[in-house]
Amino acid sequence: MPAVTIVYAVLFYVATAVLVGGVAYKVYVYASTPAPLKIPTTPAPTTLLGVAGRMLREVTVFESLFKSNKWIWLFGIMFHFALLLVLLQHLRYFTQPVWFWVVLEQPFGVYAGFLMVVGLLGLWARRFLVDRVRYITSPSDHLMLALLLAIAVSGLAMKFVFHTNIIALKQFFLGLLSFQLEPLPADPVLLIHLALVATLMIIFPISKLLHAPGVFFSPTRNQVDNPREHRHVAGWSASINNPGGR
Amino acid sequence: MANFETPALREYPVIPLIHAGVMAESKPYVAKPEHQEPLGFPGKLVDNWESVAVKKLGELVDESRALRVFLDTCVKCGSCTDKCHYYLGTSDPKNMPVARQDLLRSVYRRYYTLSGKLFPKLVGARDMTKEVLDEWYSYFHQCSQCRRCSVFCPYGIDTAEVSMAARDIMDAVGVGQKYSNEIIGKVFKIGNNLGLPEPALRNTLDGLEEDVKDATGVDVKFPLDEKGAEVLLITPSADFFAEPHIDGLIGYAKVFHQAGIRWTLSSHASEAANFSMFIGSHENMHKVAIRIREAALDLGIKRIVVGECGHAWRVAYSFWNTLIGPFNFLDPNYPVPQHICEMTYDLIQRGALTLDKSANDDKIVTYHDSCNVARATRMGTMPGGQFVIPRAVIKACVNKFHDMEPGSINESTFCCGGGGGLLTDDLMEIRVKGAQPRMQALKHVVDDHGVNYLAAICAICKTQFAKVLPYYKYPMDMIGSVHGLVSNAIQLGTKE
Repeated sequence: MPAVTIVYAVLFYVATAVLVGGVAYKVYVYASTPAPLKIPTTPAPTTLLGVAGRMLREVTVFESLFKSNKWIWLFGIMFHFALLLVLLQHLRYFTQPVWFWVVLEQPFGVYAGFLMVVGLLGLWARRFLVDRVRYITSPSDHLMLALLLAIAVSGLAMKFVFHTNIIALKQFFLGLLSFQLEPLPADPVLLIHLALVATLMIIFPISKLLHAPGVFFSPTRNQVDNPREHRHVAGWSASINNPGGR
Repeated sequence: MANFETPALREYPVIPLIHAGVMAESKPYVAKPEHQEPLGFPGKLVDNWESVAVKKLGELVDESRALRVFLDTCVKCGSCTDKCHYYLGTSDPKNMPVARQDLLRSVYRRYYTLSGKLFPKLVGARDMTKEVLDEWYSYFHQCSQCRRCSVFCPYGIDTAEVSMAARDIMDAVGVGQKYSNEIIGKVFKIGNNLGLPEPALRNTLDGLEEDVKDATGVDVKFPLDEKGAEVLLITPSADFFAEPHIDGLIGYAKVFHQAGIRWTLSSHASEAANFSMFIGSHENMHKVAIRIREAALDLGIKRIVVGECGHAWRVAYSFWNTLIGPFNFLDPNYPVPQHICEMTYDLIQRGALTLDKSANDDKIVTYHDSCNVARATRMGTMPGGQFVIPRAVIKACVNKFHDMEPGSINESTFCCGGGGGLLTDDLMEIRVKGAQPRMQALKHVVDDHGVNYLAAICAICKTQFAKVLPYYKYPMDMIGSVHGLVSNAIQLGTKE
């Protein structure tokens, strides 16, 4: 087996373990850290169902961002939805036979790659053009955008310019899923694309990409507005024991 | 009036370009040992303060999901950068919510994240140094914890939580803020923020009874420590003597009187305010609030009603049940606690009050949503009742009412500029500049509709506006209590 195959196989096992293990750990930490006080940003829903709706709107149409800034919202939603379509389209490399809805989604997924690039460029442009955003931008914020953009561009390059042996690639990944090594096509653009994706997976749990799981744990968004109706206690507030009363 | 320039009010709101460091010198007076120690904080900067601060930060993150998630999830999208009234009024970039959070997030990253430990420069992580501490002291006292940024953050990140944590850490290393900590000490020692002892309070209330009798010919009572009353009124102590707060207190008393509700104030719990929230100290917040439970039990009352105060209503509405509950000894037919506006609104709905709107015909009124009421609490049963109910009370009392522009009211309301423990003369510059967005919106309704009365339901807002309105060339008596309007409109003697 070529060395490059072995290296990439190991890389993807490691990256997957870091991504899954890291995010699971972070989710565990978020879930087990108490929220001792009720702090929903109001007006907030007064029922659990209402909170589910608020959260759904927050993660699907970016409700708060829409209220705030139409440009960030536009580029942000463009990027995120395009990414979603692209990820779904990539399921075809991990399933045999390919699920029918992934087949249907295929053409959207391919062109979504371009939208992803536009969204990322828009977000990146703001980091240079808007003085307030330029001020708060760290080197890591630029690098993150560069990484995502490089992934999108290298992916599109393979689709439209430097075709790779997609059948062999799929064999490689199906092989990984059943713990068997199949040769990986050693095309430079593919190797770059895959290395960048693995990098993204590895830094996910230690970077601001944690906003994806984090948003679900945000007390200002996920708490029910019912502090008068239900006595909320958690963490330090659970140890409060007031004398008197009935 | 002062050695700074009052920001201009323009035709349209303008998002300023950043001017780094313009507010770096703004700092409140540091608490002396005698202000620190009653609260359980060291009197001066402790020797190994760097490690104490870092350790405290770790503890706070461990005990607060909000803080942990907020420090981890920010993507620096920039959505909040133009939302803070202090940024809009000063153009200092460290008053952008994300930049303010980053003052603390940078330290969190350095000590508690892998990326910050390995690549501090890359991710903007910083060591806990004296320079950082000084920056915290300056800029975490330029946040009024108004939560406007949290409305617009795609992850709901609330800078208030971050600034509370930072102040808690600063208190833990011995660098407290004099204003807030001295006041909390007064509550422990005397029972209220103003340090008004029981005899003085009784005297004030007797005086009010006489004043109302002179003005209306009716015996409206202002009872204190009356056992067996139905309602315990918990109101900010500013209501006892400050203008225009006191008109509100008179309004509450008239409402109780006409509705025939037996009520009382408590000398043991003569303060609704709880400045411990501002400094993020839950031990002190509990200690301040527990007096109310004690007073309620001692007096044998059935309901608790809270007077006009923004952050106090947050503590009461959102935290009391947690901190000083359960309230199983109170009448379950009423919300615990109930806001005075909720009570008045219910009485209006039931036709229990006789109100003559024309008594306020000299006033063209607008309403300032206080930040804590708007974004951290509710009134009534519907989300957003906190916007509807006070306006309904006002509209039942006045003929001429005009709201300010939509982006400056309801959940988008601009802070008065004096909340969160900033209502002190040593922070006058940030207070005046922070009021600019509110004044801007006010200017439009003054110019378009001739508005001459700014109604509010927060003791801090009232004091702050009375102070800053003149800087913007508006009369200081333009600010008034919502229940001041009720007080004018209510026709005593008609329901007895």
